[in-house]
Amino acid sequence: MKVTVCIGSSCHIKGSRPVVELLQDLIARENLSDKVELGGTFCMGKCQQGVCVTVDGEFFSVSPENVASFFEKEIKAKV
Amino acid sequence: MRKFDTKVQYLKYKVLREVARQAWNDTLLDNILDIPKMIVPGKVPTMRCCVYKERAILAERVKLAMGGGNTANIINVIDIACDDCPAVGYQVTDSCRGCLAHRCEDVCRRGAISFDHNHEAHIDKTKCVECGQCAKVCPYSAIVNRKRPCQNACKIKAISINEDNAAKIDDEKCIQCGACVYQCPFGAISDRSFIINVIDMLKKSQGNTKYKVYALVAPAIGSQLNYAKLGQVITGIKELGFYTVVEAALGADMVAQAESKELTEKGFLTSSCCPAFVRYVKTAFPALVPYISHNLSPMATIAKYIKEHEENVKIVFIGPCTAKKAEVQLEDVRPYVDAAITFEELQALLDSRDIDITTLPESVLDNASYFGRIFARSGGLSDAVAEGLKEQHLDEFQLKACVCDGIEECRMALLKKGKNVLDANFIEGMACVNGCIGGAGNLTHGEKNKAAVDSYGREALEKNIMDAIAPLR
Repeated sequence: MKVTVCIGSSCHIKGSRPVVELLQDLIARENLSDKVELGGTFCMGKCQQGVCVTVDGEFFSVSPENVASFFEKEIKAKV
Repeated sequence: MRKFDTKVQYLKYKVLREVARQAWNDTLLDNILDIPKMIVPGKVPTMRCCVYKERAILAERVKLAMGGGNTANIINVIDIACDDCPAVGYQVTDSCRGCLAHRCEDVCRRGAISFDHNHEAHIDKTKCVECGQCAKVCPYSAIVNRKRPCQNACKIKAISINEDNAAKIDDEKCIQCGACVYQCPFGAISDRSFIINVIDMLKKSQGNTKYKVYALVAPAIGSQLNYAKLGQVITGIKELGFYTVVEAALGADMVAQAESKELTEKGFLTSSCCPAFVRYVKTAFPALVPYISHNLSPMATIAKYIKEHEENVKIVFIGPCTAKKAEVQLEDVRPYVDAAITFEELQALLDSRDIDITTLPESVLDNASYFGRIFARSGGLSDAVAEGLKEQHLDEFQLKACVCDGIEECRMALLKKGKNVLDANFIEGMACVNGCIGGAGNLTHGEKNKAAVDSYGREALEKNIMDAIAPLR
């Protein structure tokens, strides 16, 4: 599974660093490192909806506050 | 008119803007010969002896604006624009009063000064070594140094005078810093431009559908185009057709992290950020090449990251630097950066599309930390390396930085290192005085630019290096 987080300016301001860091922690804690590839990109063209995240191409709007539930629902449940 | 430091820059800008306009409209080849007349219409000369000479020189400027030139060097002399300035060195002027004191004679260790029947001083050029002591002591300031501004600007002595009395660049020695470009009062030395390649790249991307064109902006942008807000400049760059804008300063954060670590491993290092400095070490101090940091420059580092993580991307660097245009041609950088242009050229591109950035909404630009951003001014890189050591808990290593502000100071430090008498373990080498904010491709150079970069640094969301690069791993 490929998870891509936008780390471009707009998403960065909205908290892409904590989102990436929380996802890194969660992936490590759930031992999913070999199943989930976490990557960064600099713009997904949907800056208004940041922090922009895609899971195998499917778009999600995530925030540092809801990243845990996003991980449960869209990553852990589907991997 | 936008704010430029000199009318030479303004003239160069007008040429670039016109070339860009024609390139956008696909009319460049049809109208190429008419551009000089568009810029100098009518019959009354405003710069030279006649409009025909003005246009002949403009034709040369058009050539450079289109990436051409008489040599492969990024920095080219337009020989017909060279005013053949006097270059006799120290000379006594008619301000000499024929005084009794003769301080000039007393101070001259070479016995080069004699006096005529009016007691006025004369310098024997066969004895004079151009030390300038006589000029310093003359109470009437009657002795002046007649040096060509280009030769004066070129501290590494790559400029000589050719058989036609015009300036000549030694392309082997030249480090493309652009000091002569900025200093020549006649605009007779100029940097080749790659704006038409960039326009072509943007057009063929078909609105970033065929591939995405990234703009990578140098942190010196904090001091440039200050008549508008930075966020408006970023919107303007996107209006030109760039997919997104990323800070080269994020590459600087990556470099600061890697370079501080490399320093502790090797014990001595010179920086590798400034392409003019790196080339200077390679050409003038080959024995010191092993000490150059193995990191790519911040520009190339972040460009490499982007290209390794995304497919179908082209990257254009926008900065203050003429030497970057040579750096992007290097074998180890070419795969990552597709073109480099200057802030001067960015202004011309914006105006060629009639984009008035002062009327645009603001975009956000925030990728790097404070430390990545202050790379743009002298001392910033050393501050960042110190911070890198601290953040990686490597501060047992005592950093002793030698901050070289301008190529002359670089030369001194390298000479000392060559003789093993340099009291430092890190050389921050910046070819331009004040660092990148002193670069030849800036629109303006001023006292306030350092403060502007520092304040741009403080506006960064991330306050330290590791936080800025955390999402990249």
